[in-house]
Amino acid sequence: MSRQITNILLVGVGGQGILLASEVLSEAAMLAGFDVKKSEIHGMSQRGGSVVSHVRYGTEVFSPIVPEGEGDILFGFELMETCRSLPLIKPGGIVVANDLQISPPSVLMGQEAYPADLVMRIQDHFPDFILVDGQKIAQGAGNVRAANTVLLGAVSRRLAIAEDFWMKALEKMVPPKALEVNKAAFKIGREL
Amino acid sequence: MREILSGNEAIARGAFEAGCLVACAYPGTPSTEILENTISYKEIDSSWAPNEKVALEVAIGASFGGGRALCTMKHVGVNVAADPLFTLAYTGVRGGLVLVVADDPEMHSSQNEQDSRNYARFAKVPMLEPADSQECKDFTRLAFELSEQYDTPVMLRSCTRISHGKSIVELGERVTGLPEPRLEKNPAKLVMLPGNARVRHPLVEKSLLELSEAGSAMPLNRLELRDPSIGIITSGVCYQYVREVLPEASTLKLGMVHPLPQSLIRDFASRVDKLYVVEELDPFIEQQVRAMGIVATGKEIISLCGEMTPGRLRNAFGLPQPVATSPGKLPGRPPNMCPGCPHRGVFFALNQLKAYVTGDIGCYTLGFMPPLSAMDTCVCMGASIGMATGVTKVVSDEEKKKVVAVIGDSTFLHTGINGLMDMVYNNSPATVVILDNSITAMTGRQDNPATGFTLMDDPAHAVNIPLLCKALGVKNIRIINPLDLEETKRVIAEEMERSETSVVITNKPCVLIKREDVFLKGPVYAVDTEACTGCRACLKIGCPAIEWRPAADGSKKGKAWIDPLLCTGCDVCRQLCKFDAIGSEK
Ligand SMILES: Cc1ncc(C[n+]2csc(CCOP(=O)(O)OP(=O)(O)O)c2C)c(N)n1
Repeated sequence: MSRQITNILLVGVGGQGILLASEVLSEAAMLAGFDVKKSEIHGMSQRGGSVVSHVRYGTEVFSPIVPEGEGDILFGFELMETCRSLPLIKPGGIVVANDLQISPPSVLMGQEAYPADLVMRIQDHFPDFILVDGQKIAQGAGNVRAANTVLLGAVSRRLAIAEDFWMKALEKMVPPKALEVNKAAFKIGREL
Repeated sequence: MREILSGNEAIARGAFEAGCLVACAYPGTPSTEILENTISYKEIDSSWAPNEKVALEVAIGASFGGGRALCTMKHVGVNVAADPLFTLAYTGVRGGLVLVVADDPEMHSSQNEQDSRNYARFAKVPMLEPADSQECKDFTRLAFELSEQYDTPVMLRSCTRISHGKSIVELGERVTGLPEPRLEKNPAKLVMLPGNARVRHPLVEKSLLELSEAGSAMPLNRLELRDPSIGIITSGVCYQYVREVLPEASTLKLGMVHPLPQSLIRDFASRVDKLYVVEELDPFIEQQVRAMGIVATGKEIISLCGEMTPGRLRNAFGLPQPVATSPGKLPGRPPNMCPGCPHRGVFFALNQLKAYVTGDIGCYTLGFMPPLSAMDTCVCMGASIGMATGVTKVVSDEEKKKVVAVIGDSTFLHTGINGLMDMVYNNSPATVVILDNSITAMTGRQDNPATGFTLMDDPAHAVNIPLLCKALGVKNIRIINPLDLEETKRVIAEEMERSETSVVITNKPCVLIKREDVFLKGPVYAVDTEACTGCRACLKIGCPAIEWRPAADGSKKGKAWIDPLLCTGCDVCRQLCKFDAIGSEK
């Protein structure tokens, strides 16, 4: 009974556009012929709290959430949230993260420092950790706001979904005005 | 056609395909998006009601008029709608009526995790429980059919993981040829006076028995025989976790959780060696299975609290857990009010005034969090005002003055009006602050009867809240700008002193309102680093746009910094700075 499921977690801070990225990913997986499930929590977490989106695809997917410790890929939009979700990833899993720090309330108020050793902490467990400067690359592609798409491109190369399906998914999910920039950002990410 | 839909989108689609004519709801996570999706089907008249009781009553009327009607709410909404629900079970329906209730095990965004299945049994109403988006659509259609066939409302139970989970759905067509709605009098069925109700009640019991029997042959209750040594009765999202973690186990997947298909359960129990029930929250199925004289294991190994996850299920069955990587200690990231949120100043003032704040539910409940820390109670929607009245009945005259209720506009219209009527009627000296941000923000910016627009975005009459308070008999009504800290604190303090009921109403909109000309961003503010002494006064409002930047030498010294991308120019931080170090950039 090898069901061959790919388990992906997209994590970050409310308002970072994580839901759109996970929609594009799910759509691409469906177009590629897989069964897909996706799950996340809306609500309180949108007020600047942590957001975790689960995407699973394969021949037949049951649980809508990634079983704890079975994540294949952790796709982080923010460093501390990436670190927070490490327990969900299996040893040897892939971690791709945006080199971005967003301070939580206790750090904003000067009660705690934003941990300085996060990259090391992640590398300790996941030596192949890929850190991407999404903002900078997106700026190069024409719009900082396409940073998520750069990362999505970087993740896409590690998944068994052909480029064509990604392009179709972007066409369906991204507003026409921003489509070209996002396609360009995706392609750059895919080369990383 | 195949599409990836959330459970909520699929329920909306199912209602459309079922020929539903009316959809009515009050928003509540995780159910809100159902009505936000029925609006895309022009055949359905979709509307927000001021509360769940009214929403259900509107659906009942539509059903009695002969149309199919959908009503949706979160789990606690059923508490509000329970009164019409219980008697609706007796009248039954004309057009099919489906009540969707979305539970929130784990309380991702709720104040309790009550299990709605108990309501189905208590109210004597059948309940279906889908396990993915395809079933959300199919079961919604089926629920309308069962509703008419068995002359009963039908509940459809979802939960956060189903409503907000997405999976692939095969779409269908809308049914045609349903009878045209028209008035038809039938008092023996629809007028529930004792004489009529006594006739109806036995019919309700009879149809539940019939449905229990029919349920054993319905495809939505599915017996899947695999390894006979373990048999698991389960339903909804728990079925998915069972299949994930125990793929070889035999399962009885219940699509109808009330009434239970007793003969199918007996049949299943007889074919497996050891029987388990896997369900979130209450032992709803388990206790009924045991009452049938069948031995089953359930809550001995599965918690009564929180949601199920694959890992928790592995634990329950003693299966090995994968090793988890520890991330080390990390600062938490609790939710926070938005930069420029008009609620912030009110809680800052209440904190300074050392008020005893009876709270309510909405974005402003975040006023509980530090550094504002100005909420002392929070129970359910509308409760703030009644609680304030109650507190003032028992404490000393000096302490009475400290009591302030806070309530949002949507919550006030939901169930706060009655509380205020009582406060005036019974002469409580408490102060009520109505935080009118012109929207139902917490659940994602829905319109309400005071915003001037309907769910379909048509212009509507906007309730005049000050006039409404006046009509209820409130003599002291003050309107304040919550972004003016001095005014906010002074006016609330004056009203707290008063020995009769007073209402203070704020007048600034939510920063997230998209409609043009409602929320206007001001000029962005910045900190003058020369003038900033590092006193940290501006940090006391907990604005996410203001950040403490420690000094480069690592000493305790540092300065405030304002993120220009987040600042909305609300001006509140400038008012806190004694050194004129904060100003707008222009
Ligand atoms: C009975 C019930 N229905 C719905 C909800 C979900 N809910 C929580 S707060 C809220 C509305 C808040 O709106 P408002 O009072 O205007 O405050 P705001 O969030 O705009 O500050 C809703 C609908 C609930 N908790 N209880």
